[in-house]
Amino acid sequence: MKHPTRRNFELLLLVMAWGLGVLGTVQVGWATGEGLHPRLWITAAVVGVLALIAHVIVRWRVPYADPLLLPLATLLTILGLVMIYRLDVAAAQRAERVGAVPPTPDVYNQLTWYAVGVTLFVLVLLALRDHRILQRYTYTAGLIGIILLILPLAPVIGTTVNGATLWVRVGGLTFQPAELAKITLTIFFAGYLVVNRDSLALVRTRFLGIEFPRPRDLGPILVVWLVSLAVLIFERDLGTSLLFFGLFVSMLYIATQRRSWFVLAGALFAVGAVFAYLAFGHVRVRVQVWLDPFAYADTGGFQIVQSLYGLANGGLLGTGLGGGYPSLVPFANTDFVVAALGEELGLTGLIAILLLYAVLVERGLRTAVAVRDPFGQLLAAGLSITLAIQVFVIVGGVTRLIPLTGLTTPFLSYGGSSLVANWIIIALLLVISHRARRPAQEQPDEASMPTQVVSR
Amino acid sequence: MTRSIRRLSVVLALLLIALLVNVTIIQVYRSDDYRARADNQRVLLEEYGRERGPILVGADPVARSVETAGTLRYLRVYPEGEKYASVTGFYSIVYGATGLERTENDVLSGSSDLFFVDRLQQLIAGRQPRGGAVTTTIDARAQNAAWRGLQGTRGAVLAIEPSTGRILAQVQAPSFDPNILSSHDPAAIRDYYESLLDDSAQPLINRPIVALNPPGSTFKIVTAAAALASGRFTPDSVLPGPAEYDLPLSTRTLRNWTGEECGPDEQVTLIEALAQSCNTAFAWLGNELGADALREQAEAFGFDTAFTTPLRASTSRFPDSPDAPQTALSAIGQFDVRATAMQMAMVTAGIGNNGVVMEPYLVQEIRGPDLAILRTSAPREFQQAMTSEDAADLVQMMVAVVDRGTAGVLRGITTPDGQVVSVGAKTGTAQTGRDGAPVAWMVALAPATNPQIAVAVAVEDGGDNEVSGNAIAGPIARAVIEAALR
Repeated sequence: MKHPTRRNFELLLLVMAWGLGVLGTVQVGWATGEGLHPRLWITAAVVGVLALIAHVIVRWRVPYADPLLLPLATLLTILGLVMIYRLDVAAAQRAERVGAVPPTPDVYNQLTWYAVGVTLFVLVLLALRDHRILQRYTYTAGLIGIILLILPLAPVIGTTVNGATLWVRVGGLTFQPAELAKITLTIFFAGYLVVNRDSLALVRTRFLGIEFPRPRDLGPILVVWLVSLAVLIFERDLGTSLLFFGLFVSMLYIATQRRSWFVLAGALFAVGAVFAYLAFGHVRVRVQVWLDPFAYADTGGFQIVQSLYGLANGGLLGTGLGGGYPSLVPFANTDFVVAALGEELGLTGLIAILLLYAVLVERGLRTAVAVRDPFGQLLAAGLSITLAIQVFVIVGGVTRLIPLTGLTTPFLSYGGSSLVANWIIIALLLVISHRARRPAQEQPDEASMPTQVVSR
Repeated sequence: MTRSIRRLSVVLALLLIALLVNVTIIQVYRSDDYRARADNQRVLLEEYGRERGPILVGADPVARSVETAGTLRYLRVYPEGEKYASVTGFYSIVYGATGLERTENDVLSGSSDLFFVDRLQQLIAGRQPRGGAVTTTIDARAQNAAWRGLQGTRGAVLAIEPSTGRILAQVQAPSFDPNILSSHDPAAIRDYYESLLDDSAQPLINRPIVALNPPGSTFKIVTAAAALASGRFTPDSVLPGPAEYDLPLSTRTLRNWTGEECGPDEQVTLIEALAQSCNTAFAWLGNELGADALREQAEAFGFDTAFTTPLRASTSRFPDSPDAPQTALSAIGQFDVRATAMQMAMVTAGIGNNGVVMEPYLVQEIRGPDLAILRTSAPREFQQAMTSEDAADLVQMMVAVVDRGTAGVLRGITTPDGQVVSVGAKTGTAQTGRDGAPVAWMVALAPATNPQIAVAVAVEDGGDNEVSGNAIAGPIARAVIEAALR
């Protein structure tokens, strides 16, 4: 019996994603009066080749992997490239009007980072036949994660941008190590929890109808909580801090199936939040701006107010790519790329983008459910959850659902570290997915198991 | 662990729903609120980011948009400045728009339904709409003459083509410079606007169509029209014309402006009474006809009706229920009779157009962004105000006012080929009852047969007797007529 790999379906989706990108770029040129971008076809060819390379490697190395993961990531990356190009056009036109030197376009940098991302994606697929190998490096991964996290604090190479100490500068290159840390720490959490989940799930006390863990098992969550607080205090990065804490708590819950961890985590979060609010001016400002951005429209609330105006300007259908004023929002191509997309593509486009993420996360979680080994389950779930938390925190912040915290929007934001890290995540999910969906006869080591596990 | 992963995915789904609901609220339910906020630059940028169409007089723009290097991409400029301010209005980031800039905004901004096909293309292309052009009915030469004539005064000129209602000239003095109000410098705009508000001459009032003044003796043509319409009077009917008229039911008397009787034995014909602007004869006539007949005639000419050209004009009024002395005063355009310059031009034009009053209009054509004509205004009849026979009689009476009466300044107007043009007119000097100086009026019609122009001139700081209509308003009317007939 021949099992379908769905690789041709994946290829079709990739071609469609590529076509959308070309259309979007043409639209931007048309609407802004710039005409066709002179390097459109070269750029489109580069993007097409990168997508094709990724596809061919997937076909070769992980033929049974989920067919949606690669096209979704590719489409989001391409949408990001189109919007970054559109903002480049806005910046160039403004410079031209005031007679200034036109700024260097960002889109080529992003394209380069996309190439680097695909390269690492390919390397992961080539090097990693089986995700369970990673379990051997649980503590190494944890150590690397911690080092990456504190790297920005190191002298000489550590760099502070806009108040947050998140970057490392080596030579001319800057990098956000936290982006890579989220991968290695997910590996660490998965490996650690697989081993320790039985003891962490043990019930000692019952309080208010909820079963709480033994006090001596509280160690790990306290450590992660303190590390998160340290990130907040020393690197002044609320987003990363939230991401790691949320990720660990979610994985802890999955591993132990004890809801009490959420109660504990909520209490710790509340303590941390109150402490941060009282101790740090920048946190206080964030919260006040969140409660009433219009009162701070000229200062701390400027970004969020401009973001809301941009979204409102977009309305239901959007102004069309190139028809709005997304460049009025500061950091439109990084933190606020969702506001830019919401303005020009409208509510319709924004919902579509959010659903792309939803499907991506859903396919990741489905992989977690389908794979048989607990480590793989935890790893796949953890990686999916990092994506989900990131999208929720940044989109929620930009749309004033929650206080604004600086996190990149996966695949869409301008920025190399984030793009590369997210492509590695996709590669890892594909490796796990391949193992989960592979038909039984190709699994000689587990030949005795029934094949019905392939769930679709 | 499968179960906890499934449970967690429910939580994630709830977070997704929260995001979706939130962006829907922002982009659909609150978007109008956000767009209406004063500090939302996008609305301004959008408005100023598209090329607004020009307002044209003939082929020449009196308002157009030029591209700038600023954040607001297009600047509105008015090459003729103050001269056309009464027509164009201004287009200000602080005070909004007035004049045709306001009433024709959907055409100028390109959002009019007339541009449906254009807009469809723009929607697909995601392009900013371009504005259409508005061509006015203004005759540049008449406008120039009126503008020059009004310099140094406080007054208004409005000229109409009698057969159509096209507004040929609309000028106010003093005026304002729309270029400053339409600049991109809010401080300069505010300073200038405040100074205009503080100016006692009130330059922001659109005098030709908004300022209501007593029409004084120019209203006698309305009274004369009512007299002819009654069937009891002809131009040659003899009326009492004493030096003083005892106002009925009161101890007050009304004097002629000359202080003398209007004719031998205190007798005067209707035509001579109009030519000499005999107050006592017309006061008597007013009481003979009654207030209702006067009001009916006035309303047939457009009093008590609100006109939009598309600029909104004030409604000229004839008093509701005047008693006998008030009726006598109303018959000579005093008491509570109030008229705009446009209204008196309409009366004059209606008389010249065989008694048919046309609705005045200022917009001749609407053109698309590609300058293709999308709509041409058709003349619209307001009302037949008098029979054509009566109208012909009244024209002859008004010619007498020029030839041997109070409007001598209009004698001897010639066409470019040297032919003397017969002109009909009526002068007026109205007491405003306020502390201000009287209003000097001149309404005129030229040529008397098949008239091409009817003009009303009102100068608010005019002299103090009947001569002043001729002396102050007359030369302006003459200049406008000469310019229009050239």
